[in-house]
Amino acid sequence: MMNSLLGALESGMLYALMALGVYITFRILDFPDLTVDGSFTTGGAIAAVMITSGAPAWVSTLCAFAGGLLAGTLTGLIHTKGRINGLLSGILMMIALYSINMRIMGKPNVALIGEKTIFSSVSPLLLMPFVVLAIKLLLDLFFRTELGMALRATGDNQRMIRSFGANTDYTIILGLSLSNGLVALSGALIAQQSQFADISSGIGMIVIGLASVIIGEAIFGARNVFFATLAVVLGSIVYRLVVALALRIEWLEQTDLKLITAVIVIVALVLPTMRRSWKQKAVARRRSLEIGSEAERNSVGGGL
Amino acid sequence: MLQISHLSKLFHPGSVDEKIALVNVNLQLKPGDFVTVIGSNGAGKSTLMNMISGTLRPDSGTIHIGGNEITNLSEHRRSRWIGRVFQDPMAGTAPHMTIEENLAMAYSRGKSRGLSIGINARRRELFQEQLGKLGIGLEERLRAKVGTLSGGERQALSLLMATFTKPQILLLDEHTAALDPARAELVTQLTQRIVSELKLTTLMVTHNMEQAIRLGNRLIMMDGGRIILDIREQDKQHLSIAGLLGEFEQISGHKLSDDRVVLGT
Repeated sequence: MMNSLLGALESGMLYALMALGVYITFRILDFPDLTVDGSFTTGGAIAAVMITSGAPAWVSTLCAFAGGLLAGTLTGLIHTKGRINGLLSGILMMIALYSINMRIMGKPNVALIGEKTIFSSVSPLLLMPFVVLAIKLLLDLFFRTELGMALRATGDNQRMIRSFGANTDYTIILGLSLSNGLVALSGALIAQQSQFADISSGIGMIVIGLASVIIGEAIFGARNVFFATLAVVLGSIVYRLVVALALRIEWLEQTDLKLITAVIVIVALVLPTMRRSWKQKAVARRRSLEIGSEAERNSVGGGL
Repeated sequence: MLQISHLSKLFHPGSVDEKIALVNVNLQLKPGDFVTVIGSNGAGKSTLMNMISGTLRPDSGTIHIGGNEITNLSEHRRSRWIGRVFQDPMAGTAPHMTIEENLAMAYSRGKSRGLSIGINARRRELFQEQLGKLGIGLEERLRAKVGTLSGGERQALSLLMATFTKPQILLLDEHTAALDPARAELVTQLTQRIVSELKLTTLMVTHNMEQAIRLGNRLIMMDGGRIILDIREQDKQHLSIAGLLGEFEQISGHKLSDDRVVLGT
């Protein structure tokens, strides 16, 4: 039990970088970016191939990050310059990346057993808290800069920030690039932790990212960027805990994971809306009763 | 300051829906001119504004601001010279960001946006001082999200943001039309004060005849994509609503048809 909890904590932190990437596109840019499913694998592929050919682990990891930046930039260019719908741009890039990832790896699975990875000398549980915290704080800082604020405003009110001179094509590309860079970085770290890169490792990653963002926001709140990014990180850990607990149920299979994730996201999205409408109905009922009884009291004489 | 020559625009050219938006419009604004624009529905007022701000490109003609040709410049490039307040109070601000963040973004107009922190102590002081001048207590709420403000407060903030960096041209696109009369009057007074304090060259579209006559030093009337009447300085002081409506009918040959027109307050 303790082991699986620690395992969940560990992978929660590794996937937190991916969740932060999804947070940037989904929440800040208001852009549902499906590139994630492809760029996560790209990160793992680049890192694995470079490490097996003898490159230092940290150089390989940085190159994976750069590969993600590039993938995001391409999605951004397709969307802004090619004027293709955002959702479709992401899907196109995701499909294109499948072939590219296959080219990078040369085969569907690259093993890293016995290779020198980032985690060869230090356990992820020791290293990741510092990495995640540093990236979270850097992101917070970035979103307070003039460029970062322009990026946030692009997701909030594009027309407004354009009228103040920001090039929204550029901020969208920047956001997508940064997001997919983080996703690929997460993919590279996961590959090194699990000691293999797999062509299908990115499938459903966007939904896991969304689940982390939504769970985090629901539990920990998101009144400003600082708390929002914190919530995303914690959300990613909570998600892994939930999964670890779910997998302890005997009749659930490993492959049911994606179904569980989808259900978690649906519930997390539907619940707040339903709660709001219930609340509204209750208020409306109470008020109309009040107004009704007032009218009765104030009415003069009898009816017909 | 603003020079518009032979500006024309067709919507859906060559189709059955072809519609003339602007025909050969010429307009020159001197520095410090405050021009009010009135006209019926579809007269081309909004098209003119959108053309100046860069949301729309003309089919022919040129636009210059202070000697720079901006006709085909993208919206974000020309925005360094142009401040704009929209009709919709939601349009001019970022609702999920704070008042001070919105002001910081307005403050960066025309500068390249880099990695320096948007809000520091000195700027905050400046923001507070500027907000104080609005006189509606926003200076106490620097860290409130703009989405929590009322329509009137938002429009006042939009006005401050649009004029913050003293743009060469201020475009006001019926910016009081969505407000209740008391709020509209407040925003109108603020507009008058800020424009005269900063001596801004201003183009204001309005549906309120009384406002169009009372504000500014020049009034133009549009119909069918043309400027049909241009009343300046002294002549404008003797205008009356009835006289204006009469003049419109005489020139255009039909009544001023506008479902939202307000004759006075």
